[in-house]
Formats: sequence, C-alpha cells, structure tokens
Amino acid sequence: MNNKITFDPTRLPPEAETLRAEVRNFLQKEIQIGTFVPHAGDGYDQEFSRKVGDMGWIGMTWPRKYGGQERSHLERYVVTEEFLVAGAPTKAHFTADRQSGPVLLKYAPESLKQKILPSITRGECSFAIGMSEPDSGSDLFAAKTRAKRCDQGWRVNGRKVWTSFAHRADYMIALLRTSSATEGNRRYGLTQFLVDMKTPGILVNPIINSTGQHDFNEVIFEDAILPKDRMLGDVDMAWKQATSELSFERSGPERFLENIYVLTELIRVLGRKPDQRGSEGIGRLVAQLHTLRQMSISVAGMLNAGKEPSLEAAVVKDVGTNWEQKLPNYARDLAAFIDDEGNNRAPFDKLIENATIVSPKYTIQGGTREILRGIIARGLGLR
Amino acid sequence: MIPDTIIVETTRRIFRDLADPQTVHNSTDESWCVPLWSALVDAGLTLAWCAEDKGGAGASLVDGFAIQRVVGEFATPIPLAETLLASWLLDQVKIKPPTGRMTVAPVDDKMELTLSDDGLLNGVAERVPFARQSDHIVVIADSNDGSKIAIVHSDACALSYGHNLAGESRDRVSFDGVRPAQVATDSNRVYATKLKLMGATMRAMQMTGAIEKILNMCVVYTQERIAFGRPIAKFQVIQHNLAIMAGELAAALAATGAAASAFTNNANSMNQIVLNVASAKIRVGEAANEVCAIAHQLHGAIGFTQEHILHCYSHRLWSWRDEYGNEAIWAVLLGKNISAHGPDELWPSLTAA
Repeated sequence: MNNKITFDPTRLPPEAETLRAEVRNFLQKEIQIGTFVPHAGDGYDQEFSRKVGDMGWIGMTWPRKYGGQERSHLERYVVTEEFLVAGAPTKAHFTADRQSGPVLLKYAPESLKQKILPSITRGECSFAIGMSEPDSGSDLFAAKTRAKRCDQGWRVNGRKVWTSFAHRADYMIALLRTSSATEGNRRYGLTQFLVDMKTPGILVNPIINSTGQHDFNEVIFEDAILPKDRMLGDVDMAWKQATSELSFERSGPERFLENIYVLTELIRVLGRKPDQRGSEGIGRLVAQLHTLRQMSISVAGMLNAGKEPSLEAAVVKDVGTNWEQKLPNYARDLAAFIDDEGNNRAPFDKLIENATIVSPKYTIQGGTREILRGIIARGLGLR
Repeated sequence: MIPDTIIVETTRRIFRDLADPQTVHNSTDESWCVPLWSALVDAGLTLAWCAEDKGGAGASLVDGFAIQRVVGEFATPIPLAETLLASWLLDQVKIKPPTGRMTVAPVDDKMELTLSDDGLLNGVAERVPFARQSDHIVVIADSNDGSKIAIVHSDACALSYGHNLAGESRDRVSFDGVRPAQVATDSNRVYATKLKLMGATMRAMQMTGAIEKILNMCVVYTQERIAFGRPIAKFQVIQHNLAIMAGELAAALAATGAAASAFTNNANSMNQIVLNVASAKIRVGEAANEVCAIAHQLHGAIGFTQEHILHCYSHRLWSWRDEYGNEAIWAVLLGKNISAHGPDELWPSLTAA
C-alpha cells in the first residue's frame, strides 16, 4: 500500500506540561470565583474570552507582531484539552483561534491582518464560519451564495445556514461563488471572503436546535457590499486553500473530549469499588479514550513537525466523534443497577439526558462521518 | 548500535525473502523454517533485546516491539517474539541467553510453578507458546527463597501437544522434577508482573502487524475483484467499511506505540504502565474483532477457504486476543484501578501517562 497510515508515539514536551499546570490553576481559580459554571450554558462568554486573551492563550502559535506568542502547536494542544475538560466557555474565541485566524494569517492582506489578528488574541473578536447553505451541506462545492464584482468591491446575495453563533460573531469567513464551476472542475469558482457582520444587507435569523438552544442561524445576504480588500487568497481558487487547517480542525482534542464529563460522572456514580460489570465498562471506556488521545497527540506531533497527516486527521475525527456519540448510552447502560438512594443518581440522570440529546451533532458538524470516510477511502487509494 | 528503523526493516526484509505467507501456508513440511531462523540469528534479531557483548543487537525496547509487529505481519509459526521476550527476561537477571529458540512459562497468573529447596521445579503450565519448537523454556517459579527465574531444557519437560485456533503450538508443559540449567533470584518479585505487561504488549504488537496486513489485503483485493461491472472498491459501502478498518488500525498503532514507549520512560509509574498496556490490549482486541469481521465480509467465500491466507491472520487475531489477558480481564483491572482513585483523578491520570 502506498498510502501508509502512520501514528508515531508522541510525547508532549516538558514546556507543554508546565503550561498545563498554569492552565489548570487559572481554570480552577476562575471556577472558584464564579466566572463560569463548568459545562453549563451555551459556552459563549466574551468576558471570559478576554481573560483568556490576557493570559496569552488565544492565537498563541501566531507571530508576535500579530499579537501571538509564537508557541508550539503542542502547547496549544494542552491549552485546548484543559479548557475542554474543565467545561470552560470558549465559544467566543475558539473558532477564530482554531480556524479563522490561521486562514487570515495565510491569505488576508497585511492591513487586515494587523487590524484583526491582535483583537482576536485579546479575546475581543469572534468569528463564525459561513460554509453550509440550504442546498449545500456536505457537498460544499455546490455553494450558490454569489459575490459579484461592483464598483465598491463585491456585492453579495444569497443565504448561509447552520451558522453557529452568527448572531454574536463580529466576523464571518464566508465561502462565496464568484464564478461558475467548470466542466472539468466542479470545485472551481468559489472564493473566501472576510465579512464584517455589521455590514448593511446582512440579516441573521435564529434557528433553535433540538436541545432548545440557539446556536445555529440562517444568514441572509441582500446586496451586502464587501470592500475589495476582503477577498482572502485567489479569486475562484478557494478549493486549493484549505489543507493543513483542515487537519488541525479534524484531529484536535475537541473531537472526543467535549463530553468527557459523562465518563467522569459515571465513575463518580459507580463509586470507588464498582462491581465487575461496572469495572469492565469503565476500563473499556478509559482504554478507548486514552487511545484516542494518543492518536490525536500523534497527529498534533506530525503537524508540529510540518507534515501533512490529512488521512490520519480524518481518522481521528471519525473514530473520536463516533466514540463521543456512543458514550452517553454506554454510561446509561453501565449505571442501570445503581439505585437512587445515597448515590446522588438524579443529577447523573439529568446529565445523561442532556448528553444524549446533544449526541447526534458530533458526527455531523465540521464534516459528516460519511464525508470523512470518503476522505479516508481516498487516502487509502480507493478513489 | 544499529539505528532503529534498520533493525525493523531488516526483519521485514528477511521475512519477505524467506517467509512469504502464502508459500509458508502452502508448504507441506517445515523446510522454510531453517533458512529463516538462521537468517534471523545471523542478523542478531533473535536476541535483539540483549546487549551486543552478549550476542544480541542491543535494540531498544521500542525497536524490539516493532520487530514483534513485523512477526504479526507475516503469520509465521516460529517463536521469534517469544524468544525475544525470554531473552529479555534472562538479560534482566543477568543470565546469558543461549542461542536457539526459546519460550516463556507460565503465561498467566493461574498457573503457579514452584522451585523446591533441592532445586527441582514443580507444576504444570498450560498453553505454552511453541514449547515443542523451543530449545529452552524460561520460567518464573516461586520458592522459599523468593521468586526465581530459571532456564530449562525443553527436552527435560513432559509435553502434551495442543494448539490455538491458528494451529500455532500451545503445549501443556509439566515441569515436575525438572532441574533448571540456571537459576537467578528475582529478589523484588517484580518480574511476574513485568512479564505479564511485556507479554500483553508483545501480543498487541503482533496483532497490530496482522491488522495492518489484513487492511492491505482488503485494499488490494477490493480493487481487483470485479462485481456489477466494476471493482468492488468503487462502491461507497465497501469504501466506508475500509475506512472503518483504517480507523481500527490507527487505534491499534497509537495504543501499542504508547504502550511500548511507556516501558522506556523512567518517569512513568507502574500505574501509568498498566494504563498504557491495558489500553493497548483492550483496544487492539476490540480492533481485531471489527477488522476480522469486515475483512471476511469483503473477501466473500474465497476468504473462507483453506487455500486463502486470510484465515492465517484472522485465526491468529482471534487467538491472540485471549493470550496474556483478553479485553475483559484487562478492562476489569483497569476499571478497578481508575475507580479506586476516584473520578477527579481520571483526567490527571490520563495526562500523566
């Protein structure tokens, strides 16, 4: 097989472990003083993001001249996992930190970089991702929302959908159609733009999800005008622009740690001496989680070394999100014989209910399971 | 010392040249075995884990485990992995390993061997891998003077033959009244536990090699096999099944890689080694189940024939799952460990590993 799957064992470097201790202290203190309640609410808290920015933990791998710290991706990895496990509200900065910032770094004109990147690192500027449309979800290259050249720059008309936190974001990075696809290349003709959400002609409508929360939105563009300098990269060539960003997005700890509290609380409710069934169940889940983490760290190590492990990154997301999705049901099943009395079962049951209704999203958001498996198959040389 | 990957590549080259799985499988005698074993001996691979001045290759633990993964890729019925493990144990207690094939007994906690005051062994070990092919058996035995590690001529023992699903010999060995050739004292009683951990990692490594080979076979076969007018690899459902297998291979590679390096990191406590090894044996066992099921499905009837080598791998995986502790046994042990420390230690334990 030409396309060999590689997962070299990687150890996080000592400086990352030192940083972990700092991050844990910070989070513990913030919980104590009541800045946030772990795993509660919609996870969006601009004030908290400002504090994280003050610590230098947003855009921490970016150049200093843009407000970054020039730290390694493995250090960022540790910060990300500690925030996830603590259930801290990172939604006001995480999208910009993980995805939008790196896109701007690579493709934005210098003036925009200087204007926007430092405010992201201060935790003052949040981003949404404008990819999906009513008729283009997994099939991203079917996007129809149109950007047409005009005197002032670009005139945009169309509709984006499932846009998380568009109602609170300062900016969106939108994938817009600037030309028709060609017969030979159906991915041709889309361009990435930086969109200021305050632009006249943009209307954001809420879509309430099945857990009752407002996260999704519909974003309507009606003759919204984008200045010329808002184009990111080359016109019509967006299909060539997302490579290593995607690997970061797919292989991070957020692909299996989002509901780790389910496992922690399962261990709590089963007690210090669970019976054989409980012990076996916990043992398997811990083995699966530990293995996922080793896979993810291994990809982080390869990315840090400048490699392009796109096959491996897709595998981490596929295996990780499937695991996350099954976790609430395993926990529910393993706790079946724990009686209510003296075991504080009620909060556990509530938590399982919440985790259960959230679970369908893991294998949909950021690339469905089916799309990922197609990518993996291509990596294996089958397409 | 030979650089890391060269040792592994040398092993793979020797097996490729002298132990092609289909050729070995078709062979009616064991004529392939002699040149293969002497090539491995000449390259210093049978004693890879021993220092060079003791006739070994001075390989790191990680490299030795990588050799065992190659053993799994070739499904060859020879005790190379067991010889490595036996020589490692002898090396630990400063007994110079002999040349020739070796194996280790007992293979699980339930079988206890003893060494009497007058220096004779007692007890029976079940399912000892390749006992009849081995010149020596390295044993851990209890005595009034603490735990002992001894090397025994296999000729001196009474063997009754048995085998695992894949036809690899797993013999019942009676050590009653046998006088070991050499004995060393394991004064801190650490090697029974260490052997169990090393053995589990060894099998998980071999299993990972077999899983990798099975995935390769499936990728090749589904592109060759035409049905409904095209290679079956062009069907989405086939592609997705192969993607699932790739995920399982990825898990096996990562889990065994972490287990192998856990032994070499001095900072790791015993609890951390147990977490890594248990995770590997559990997760690789789970991967084996999934991978065998899909691989047989993809190969259809041809993969269910005696002639095809797919069963050389699936039968080994199904056997190796149970050797040195199966998924359930390790999971109970790991689950008890984790629970005893309480929920708030889960994340600190995972990140300390």
